[in-house]
Amino acid sequence: MPFEWFVAIRYLREGRVQTLLILAAVSVGVSVIVFLSALINGLQTSLLKQTLGTQPHITLVPAELVARPLFAATTVAATTIEKSPQRLQSINQWPTVLEQVERVPGVVAASNTVTGAAFATRGVAEKPVLVHGVDPERFLSVIDVRSKMKAGYFRVSGDGVVIGVGLASLLGLAIGDKLRLSTTLGDDALVVVRGIFDLGNKDVNERWVISTLRVAQTLFDLPAGASSLELRVASVFDADTIAKDLAERTGLEANSWMKVNAQLLVGLRSQSNSKVMIQFFVVIAVALGIASVLIVSVVQKSREIGILRAVGTPASRVLRVFLIQGGVLGLTGSITGCALGALFAKFFQTLASNADGSPIFPVELSPGLFAGASALAILIGLGSALLPARRAARLDPGEAIRHG
Amino acid sequence: MADAQPVLQVEQLVKEFGDGVVTRVLHGIDLQLQRGELVALIGPSGSGKSTLLNLIGLLDRPTSGRVILQGKDTRGLDDRALTQLRGETLGFVFQFHHLLPAFTAQENVMLPAYARAGQPSAAMRERAAEMLRAVGLAAKITTRITDLSGGQQQRVAIARALAHDPPLVLADEPTGNLDTASADEVFELMRRCNAERGTTFLVVTHDPRIAARCARVIEIVDGRIAR
Repeated sequence: MPFEWFVAIRYLREGRVQTLLILAAVSVGVSVIVFLSALINGLQTSLLKQTLGTQPHITLVPAELVARPLFAATTVAATTIEKSPQRLQSINQWPTVLEQVERVPGVVAASNTVTGAAFATRGVAEKPVLVHGVDPERFLSVIDVRSKMKAGYFRVSGDGVVIGVGLASLLGLAIGDKLRLSTTLGDDALVVVRGIFDLGNKDVNERWVISTLRVAQTLFDLPAGASSLELRVASVFDADTIAKDLAERTGLEANSWMKVNAQLLVGLRSQSNSKVMIQFFVVIAVALGIASVLIVSVVQKSREIGILRAVGTPASRVLRVFLIQGGVLGLTGSITGCALGALFAKFFQTLASNADGSPIFPVELSPGLFAGASALAILIGLGSALLPARRAARLDPGEAIRHG
Repeated sequence: MADAQPVLQVEQLVKEFGDGVVTRVLHGIDLQLQRGELVALIGPSGSGKSTLLNLIGLLDRPTSGRVILQGKDTRGLDDRALTQLRGETLGFVFQFHHLLPAFTAQENVMLPAYARAGQPSAAMRERAAEMLRAVGLAAKITTRITDLSGGQQQRVAIARALAHDPPLVLADEPTGNLDTASADEVFELMRRCNAERGTTFLVVTHDPRIAARCARVIEIVDGRIAR
């Protein structure tokens, strides 16, 4: 064993009570960091997953219609200009735009849809719905509904549609049942339920009807049109930047999920900030603890350090003896701390669970979290040992032996 | 040639302490030790004995004058070089033994060599055990320092000082806190090493009985050599 390690470990073992106390402190600190990260990351991941499970990352729609006064402003002063009503319109030349959008870096999937409001009627029951006319393969690569099917299959072809569990129960629909979709303008279509999904969102489950493009195009009188392009991006938090870029390129209005869910995002961010704050103070407390223990150790051992220097130990080795102590405290503390934190998290998870047995507080324990926490603890150990170690290395041997 | 060269040569050594009020502790000391000498350094408290020993031991730097060890001028050496020279040419025996309590007798004896090499070796361990046997502690090789008596601890300290065969051993009141029987034993051990190995000893002592048994006695009074 190298000299520095030999002496460092012997010193740690010699001051057993001090060592154990500071190890306990480091462990508790690391476990708080691990537990908090696991919980908050888990919550955020599940929140995001829920939110993004029912909406595209970016939606491209035609720019709003602008009212155009018929008279030139010089001859007649218009007292009011009414805002133009926004009728459903198709994206101009959408196949070209789709191709262009798919090539933008960061965009992994794009789907052309026709989305509009309609009424679903079966017998005397009538419900307002949102009809999504989609190209099935493209749509599924943006929003994964196939894995959320409760009954039947995601078979959107011909007059086949899939609907949510909410709508199915409101209208008493089962697989193979027919329902009529009609618009206020008088168009209607008869479709067959091929599948029933549950996307975990009441509104979506009660309102969505996913049909083929052709059905929706006919229903909303947009032959061969597409009212919006829905996109999926590789990294969800890049959605805003990509949306801005797309708006500039295409002249369309681009809404990212981040804009649509601004409040959620603020919530997530402040949650992350408070997590970082708490961890920051934990790190400071742990660092101060290690530093104070080592400083006491250097003061207690200054005569011994003087002797080591007198018999020919280089100052650099003395420095490393104390750095190693700090590092070892950090490492050992982080191992027990990770275990403790994981245990807390698992225990907390069992405290509360949903009706279906899934936890209310999902925790996310990843190897990366443990690695990060351990690396942090070792860095804290080394960093807080720096001051005591330098003090030890700078001791004047003659002085230390006389007065130490 | 090596024998002709003094082990230690001290020239016009001056040491002052303090920044505002300067106290001159040593007033130009000249001193030479030849190989194989056993020298007692005596003097009343505050005469500058320990200061001189620290300067010779390279634990402190003189205000002026120079210390030449084995023909090597130590002026202008940096901390690293001083530490190395100290490790190679000097052995220390302190009054309160100054061993490391967290370690065993063997570990204490091998520590200087270990600290220099960075890695332990079988040869170091064997050498340490051999030294402990030589000072009569064959049964205590793996005993913790704190479990040894004062005389035994001082013998471990001597074993440590001699383990790397230094040409010069500096002893600061090595028998100061021992009873007379232990003190005799420890001094006898030093004299034996001196006779058998030709190691030069410079022993600071208050004990006139010890001084009387040394071949040469240097007395310091008020920072000057009185005899």
